[in-house]
Amino acid sequence: MFLDASGSAPMTNRTLEAFQAGLADGWADPTRLHTESRRARQLLDASREAFAEALGSRPEHTHLAHSPHAALERVIAGIFTARRGRDRIVASAVERDATLHAATHVAAGHVSSVPVDPRGHVDLEALARELAVPDVALAAIQHANHEIGTVQRLADVAALTVAAQVPLLVDATASIGHGPSPAHWDALVANPADWGGPAGLGIVALRPQTRWLPAWPEGDDWAPGGVLVPAVLAAAVALQERREQLDATSLRLHRMVGRVRDAAAAWPGVDVVGDPDERLPHVVTFSCLYVDGEALLTRLDREGIAVGSGSACTTSTLEPSRVLAAVGALSHGNVRLGLHPGVTDADIDRLLALMPRVISDLRAEAGAPEVA
Amino acid sequence: MTGDDAAGAGDGRVTVDATGLVCPLPIIELAKAARGLEPGTEVTVLCTDVAARVDVPAWARMTGHDYLGEKKTDGAGIALTVRLR
Repeated sequence: MFLDASGSAPMTNRTLEAFQAGLADGWADPTRLHTESRRARQLLDASREAFAEALGSRPEHTHLAHSPHAALERVIAGIFTARRGRDRIVASAVERDATLHAATHVAAGHVSSVPVDPRGHVDLEALARELAVPDVALAAIQHANHEIGTVQRLADVAALTVAAQVPLLVDATASIGHGPSPAHWDALVANPADWGGPAGLGIVALRPQTRWLPAWPEGDDWAPGGVLVPAVLAAAVALQERREQLDATSLRLHRMVGRVRDAAAAWPGVDVVGDPDERLPHVVTFSCLYVDGEALLTRLDREGIAVGSGSACTTSTLEPSRVLAAVGALSHGNVRLGLHPGVTDADIDRLLALMPRVISDLRAEAGAPEVA
Repeated sequence: MTGDDAAGAGDGRVTVDATGLVCPLPIIELAKAARGLEPGTEVTVLCTDVAARVDVPAWARMTGHDYLGEKKTDGAGIALTVRLR
């Protein structure tokens, strides 16, 4: 039972069929002039239109990149380059590593971090203070957090960036396909693998008035060397399928996550993270006092349950998750669930029945004291 | 290492040496040392694990104690202090 779908959800049959159809019909290089090439290009264009419709952008301002990381890197570098004379990037403390790495790369030493409150919401007063100095090239504030699920109040954020005339980059890689697309942004990034499309593709949407300049050798080509047309088609079909069932699915997963949150909050020494209400329907994180995260993942894997973790002990660097640190959550013994539409209530029942025993076993093995 | 390594009890201050241990062991050592100590006792954890900077304050919040702050130590480590309630 796969409960680690945040960032890489399993593909449905319809998506797999679209991928195969794409291989049969879209194998040719879409930039050439013959019939085979035109067919591949038509698949690309139709997919781009589907992305644009879902994101609320225009197809001609909706670009494909080689991964969500590459999309974030290119859009940050592109906007930064167009904002000559302004050399600072403002980013929330809970942005993805890819965003912060890209920001640090182009604006070395000039990246300002905006703190979040214990539920993960951006501190608007701190953001306003950062934006008050007229040297900001762009602000990067995510739509929703991939680890703790908290959805940012983007209308409030955008009111500040619009007033400061600073372009707002919204990382929507955790949210598109799971609920309404955000309305407030100047640049948006999405991740098809997160909604059950193939990995290895990122999407950038820009407003027509958002200035950018290519900060790379290939001019206006956001995916030099081309993208895999069958993957693009499969991503578009996967998004379409999610959107057809969006209301029912998000309601169902929202309830399941609510059950997990309520149950976990009642387990002794367990910290449930993120906003209980303003959150993604399908993502939840909790941390268990005195539990080794790697041992926890291994034990659940042995039970046939795949979960994610932001624990320091599950990373090679031993650095705790920056997101958990930013909200002041316990960083060890962390379990991150990302539900996909195929998860059932029976799956959640099984997890909830198993967890208390697993936690107390692992605490006993570690020689930890009793938790009241 | 066990909680018995906690040193200095008696003057209201206790030190737990968790140097070289990685998460979640520093927190386990802290919890073991805190067991049975008087309310008001200040417990300082010496550690080299960066995750403890996040986890000691979180432990204090979850178990109802007060986190007082961190200091650099002479070596590569940090000293994180809580006051027991």
